[in-house]
Amino acid sequence: MTLLNAVIQGVFLGGLLALFAAGLSLLFGVMGVLNLAHGDIAIVAGYLAVALVPALHLPALWVFLIVVGVLMVCGYLVQRLIFQPSLESGHLTPLLVTLGMSVVIENLLLEIFTANGHSISIGTFTAGSVQVNPQISLSYLSVAILGTAVLALGAIQMGLSRTKLGRIVRAVADDRDAAQLVGVNYRHIFGLAAAVAFGTVALAGLSLTMYTSISPTSGPTYLIYGFEAVVIGGLGSLWGTLAGGVVLGIAVTVGVLISSNFGALAPHLVFLAVLAIRPQGFFPRRVTT
Amino acid sequence: MAQTRVTRAQHSGLFAGGLGIIVVVVLAALPFLVVEGVTNFLVNLFILLALATMWNLLAGYGGLVSVGQQAYIGLGAYTVLFLAQNGFNAFVGVPAAVLVGAVIAVPASWFLFRLSGGYFAIATWVLAVVAAIVITGIPSLGAGTGASVPGLLNYNAIDLGAYTYWAALVVAVAAVLATYLLMRSRLGLVLTAVRDNEIAARSVGSKVGRAKLIVYLVSSAGCAAVGAVIAISQLDVQAVNVFNIQWTAYMIFAVLIGGMGSIEGPLIGATIFIVLQQTLSQFNGWYLVLVGALAMVVAIWVRGGIWGFWADRSSFRIFSVGYFLHQEPPQDGGTPPGVGPSPRPDRRKWLRRLRPRPS
Repeated sequence: MTLLNAVIQGVFLGGLLALFAAGLSLLFGVMGVLNLAHGDIAIVAGYLAVALVPALHLPALWVFLIVVGVLMVCGYLVQRLIFQPSLESGHLTPLLVTLGMSVVIENLLLEIFTANGHSISIGTFTAGSVQVNPQISLSYLSVAILGTAVLALGAIQMGLSRTKLGRIVRAVADDRDAAQLVGVNYRHIFGLAAAVAFGTVALAGLSLTMYTSISPTSGPTYLIYGFEAVVIGGLGSLWGTLAGGVVLGIAVTVGVLISSNFGALAPHLVFLAVLAIRPQGFFPRRVTT
Repeated sequence: MAQTRVTRAQHSGLFAGGLGIIVVVVLAALPFLVVEGVTNFLVNLFILLALATMWNLLAGYGGLVSVGQQAYIGLGAYTVLFLAQNGFNAFVGVPAAVLVGAVIAVPASWFLFRLSGGYFAIATWVLAVVAAIVITGIPSLGAGTGASVPGLLNYNAIDLGAYTYWAALVVAVAAVLATYLLMRSRLGLVLTAVRDNEIAARSVGSKVGRAKLIVYLVSSAGCAAVGAVIAISQLDVQAVNVFNIQWTAYMIFAVLIGGMGSIEGPLIGATIFIVLQQTLSQFNGWYLVLVGALAMVVAIWVRGGIWGFWADRSSFRIFSVGYFLHQEPPQDGGTPPGVGPSPRPDRRKWLRRLRPRPS
C-alpha cells in the first residue's frame, strides 16, 4: 500500500515536472534553443509572486495571472533580443548564452532576496487534502498542479495541431527559410513560441513555490528533471513529455522508499538508461506532425 | 602569379616561448619574494586558467560542448580526501587525481559519445549530478556535510601556502603545455579539420572518434587535477561545492570572454575573470552578474572573444599551432612551374564531338 501511495504521489509530482518540461520541449523543438536558464526563469516567476502577493492586495489567483502575463512578455523579448542573435551566431551558442543567463539570474536573485527559502501559501487550499483511504491522501494542490499541466500541455498540443498560428509554428520549425519565402516572419513566430514557453514555465515556478519552498539556486535541479522528461518522452511529443514527467516523478517517490539518497538518484538513472537504450525517447514525434 | 610558402612558428612565437619560460620561472620563485595575499590570488588564477584551458581543448578544439566537467573536479577533490584519509600525503592526490579522472572518463565516453550537441551537454551534466549523489551517499567521505582533508594542518601556514601555489602552478602550466603539444601534433590537424567540416574530415580517413576521445580524456584528467588543487587550497571537500556547475560556468565564461579555439584566449579570459572577482569582491555576487552578462554579450556579438578580435588583425601568436601562408613575388619575373596557368588541352574540339549532330 505504501508502494501504491508512492506511485500515486509520483504521478502528481510528474505533473509538476511536466510543466517544467513543456516550455523546454517547445523551445528546443521549435527553434532548437536548449535553454539552461529555464529552471531559473521558473524561480523568477516564483519570486515575482512572493513579492507581488503582499504588495498588490489582490487575490493570489489574479497575481498569478499577472506573473504569467509578465513572463510571457519577457519570453517574447528574450527570444528577440537574446536567443535569436545567439541562434544566428552558432547552433550551440544558445546553450552557452543561456548558461550565462542562468548565473546572472541566480546571482541577481541572491542579491535581492538573499539565500533564504520562500514560499507562497494561498490559505486553506495549499494545505487541504482529500482522504481516498487510510493510506492514500491527495492534496488539493497536487491535483490542481497535475490538472494545470494536463490543461497546459493539451492547450499547446491543440494549438499546434488545430490553429493557424500552430500551423505556422510547425512550418517554421520544419524549415524556417522556406516559411520565410512564403511570407512568414519567423523571428516573430519564434518570439510567440518563446512567450508560450515562458508562460508555461511561469506556471511551473508558481506551482513549485506553492508545492515547496524555493531559493535562488533551486532552478537547475528542476531544469534537469525537465530535460529528462523531454528526452524520455521523445522530443516534440507533448503527451510524451507528460509521460516522461510522470515516469520521473514515480522514480523519485518510489526511490525515496529505499533511501532519500536513492530518491534523488533514481530519476537520473532512469534517464541515463533511456538515453543509452532509446535516445530518441519513447514517443518521438516532431512538433511538426 | 605569386609564389606561396608555408611556415609554422613565427619569430614572434619563438620569442614568446622564451618569454613564457622566463615568466614561469619568475612565477615559480614568487613564494620566496612576495606576501601571501599575492600567491593566494594567483592560486585562484591558476585554478581558473587550467580549467578554462581544459574546457577550451574540449569544446573549442574538440567541439565537445560539455556542461558537466564539474564531475571531474569533484572526483579529483575526493581523490585527495580519500588518499589523505588513508595516510597518504594530500599532494600525492594531484597526480592520482589525473589517473582517476582519465580512468573514469573512459566508461563515461562510451556512453556520452553516442550523443551529440545538446543531448551530449545535458548528459554530461546528469553524469556530474549522479557522481555527486553517489559520493554524497558515502558516509566515510563526509556524506552531505563534507570533510576536511587530514594532514594539511600539520604543515605550517607559510609552507602549505607555497606548496599549494606550486601545485596550482604546475597544473596550470601542464594544462597549457599539454594543449599546445596536442594541437601541434597530428591530432591537432585532425581536430582542426573536424572543426571546419567533420564529414569531410571523416571521409578522408581522419580518425575523428579517436581524436575526440583523447581530447575528452586529457580534459577530464586535467579538470580532476584542478579539483585536487581546489581540495588542497580550500582544506576541506564538500560535495555541493566541488560538484557545483558554477565551476563549469566559470570556465565557460573565461573561454568565451578570452576567445574560444585558441590557447591564448583562455589565459586572457581567466585573468580578466579573476581580476574582476578581486576588484569587485566587496559587492558579493555582483561580479558574477557582470561576468555572466559580459560572457553572453561576447558569445553573441564578438565570436572569437578578445583574442579572436586581435588574431584577425595581427599575425602575432604566443602559441602558434596553425600555419602561415606567405605569398611572395617570383624572383625572376617568370612563371614558376606548377603555379602559373598550366597548359590545358583544348577542350572545345572534344566538346564539339559530343554535341549531337543536326539531323
